[in-house]
Amino acid sequence: MSLSIQLRINGTQRSIPLDDPRVTLLDLLRERLDLTGAKKGCDRGQCGACTVLVNGRRVNSCLALAVSLDGAEILTIEGVAQGDVLHPVQAAFIAHDGFQCGFCTPGQIMSAIGLIHEGQTDGDPERVREGMSGNLCRCGAYIGITEAVLEAERNMNDASRRDAA
Amino acid sequence: MNRFEYARPATLAEAISAGAAEGSVFLAGGTNLMDLMKGGIARPAHLVDISRLPELDRIEHLDDGAVRIGALVRNADLAYDRDFAKRYPSVAEAILSGASAQLRNAATTAGNLLQRTRCAYFFDTASACNKRAPGTGCDARGGENRLHAVLGWSEHCIATHPSDFCVPLVALDAVVEIDGPAGQREVTLEAFHLLPGSTPERETVLVPGEIITGVRLPADAAGFAGHTRYLKVRERTSYAFAVASAAASLRLEGGVIVEARIALGGVALKPWRARAAEASLVGKPADASYFRAAAALALADATPSGGNAFKIELARRIVTRALGLAAAGTPDRVPALPASPFSGAAAHV
Repeated sequence: MSLSIQLRINGTQRSIPLDDPRVTLLDLLRERLDLTGAKKGCDRGQCGACTVLVNGRRVNSCLALAVSLDGAEILTIEGVAQGDVLHPVQAAFIAHDGFQCGFCTPGQIMSAIGLIHEGQTDGDPERVREGMSGNLCRCGAYIGITEAVLEAERNMNDASRRDAA
Repeated sequence: MNRFEYARPATLAEAISAGAAEGSVFLAGGTNLMDLMKGGIARPAHLVDISRLPELDRIEHLDDGAVRIGALVRNADLAYDRDFAKRYPSVAEAILSGASAQLRNAATTAGNLLQRTRCAYFFDTASACNKRAPGTGCDARGGENRLHAVLGWSEHCIATHPSDFCVPLVALDAVVEIDGPAGQREVTLEAFHLLPGSTPERETVLVPGEIITGVRLPADAAGFAGHTRYLKVRERTSYAFAVASAAASLRLEGGVIVEARIALGGVALKPWRARAAEASLVGKPADASYFRAAAALALADATPSGGNAFKIELARRIVTRALGLAAAGTPDRVPALPASPFSGAAAHV
């Protein structure tokens, strides 16, 4: 069975042949497109390490069949920085030690970007913790992660207000 | 994952036709199905991708005051729809208490109804499970079963239905709209899921090819908006299935209850409507002593299916507390941890 799909990945339109409909978005990114930022932790939707944005929404890429996403826009951790300028969430994770080993970090950052876009936190740490609960960190960097998300959200909101002014 | 043929029909009629074939399974959000396929529990020969069928992703407010939630409306989109959440706040609260943000962004309305039990023996293909492999037995009976059913279970199956979303839906008289090879029909959500009996492999009234097109809440469901809550207790603060949960909705006039709706989650193989408990509250003041009596009625038929006798008392307390929260009034905004007993409920009323 030969299938071909179109995806816009990190701003680049790609035509991707698929020889098997079982390929998940995560396996497509990691094993076929050399985008290994998204991590395979549990591969069952429980840990959040594979989080990417699909059409602007955070999802577990391990639970999405690539063939089903034909035509979608994908944003992975490789696509969030502007050249050498880090995304505000990346910068905040460094500033607040939002990681230790770093394995879960790409998923944490993509989830945080999704969370901030959802606009439901109101700067409330409890809402950030709840909103990030789909991303596990086995090093236990949760305190730094929460601080990083709160700071990134403030910085991004300030920047968008400046842009609007 | 087994090999399968993949198809993405363009119309509902084509999907129904494809879904009627032997070994066909519908794919929508995939959050549960992909997990089951990776574990070898679901092994479809044909995967019929309905995720893009037209017109099933809308929330429609109907002329008669009812609302129709399209089968493909994503859980997050429904919970964050301002009009919907204002009219049916306990439904939004239940959705947001379930899964993670990533899963809620993908999971659909109909998929939530059709999700499978999270019984560990159902998921472990080396275990006996009458639901997964009829006639093999039930290893949960003598196994780790503290989270299993206390209502409506049988010797063949003691699993629970894991949905939060379905609990306030069944309390609010939701109706499931179905299309299929024999045409359209509808069935109440209360009658949609089947108790295990001797055929736990039969989970719903759907027949092959039938597809849920929407879930409708009748006009009177919005009449509870001022006094409606969903309370869930879990083994950790977030991102876990309910040990027990309850949806409670009240209509109050001058402090007197004129109508009550109560349903429980995590206690049975279906969202469990407690009609006797509801009836006991009509004409009574909104007072804790009546809430306790109603909760006792809701669990009157409960029996442990293993090492889970604690769930009966826990569920009584959750029903009592949910009624108290509903009586106190729906908060303007769902709390950060929806209705968590640890989040300081007093701060949210």
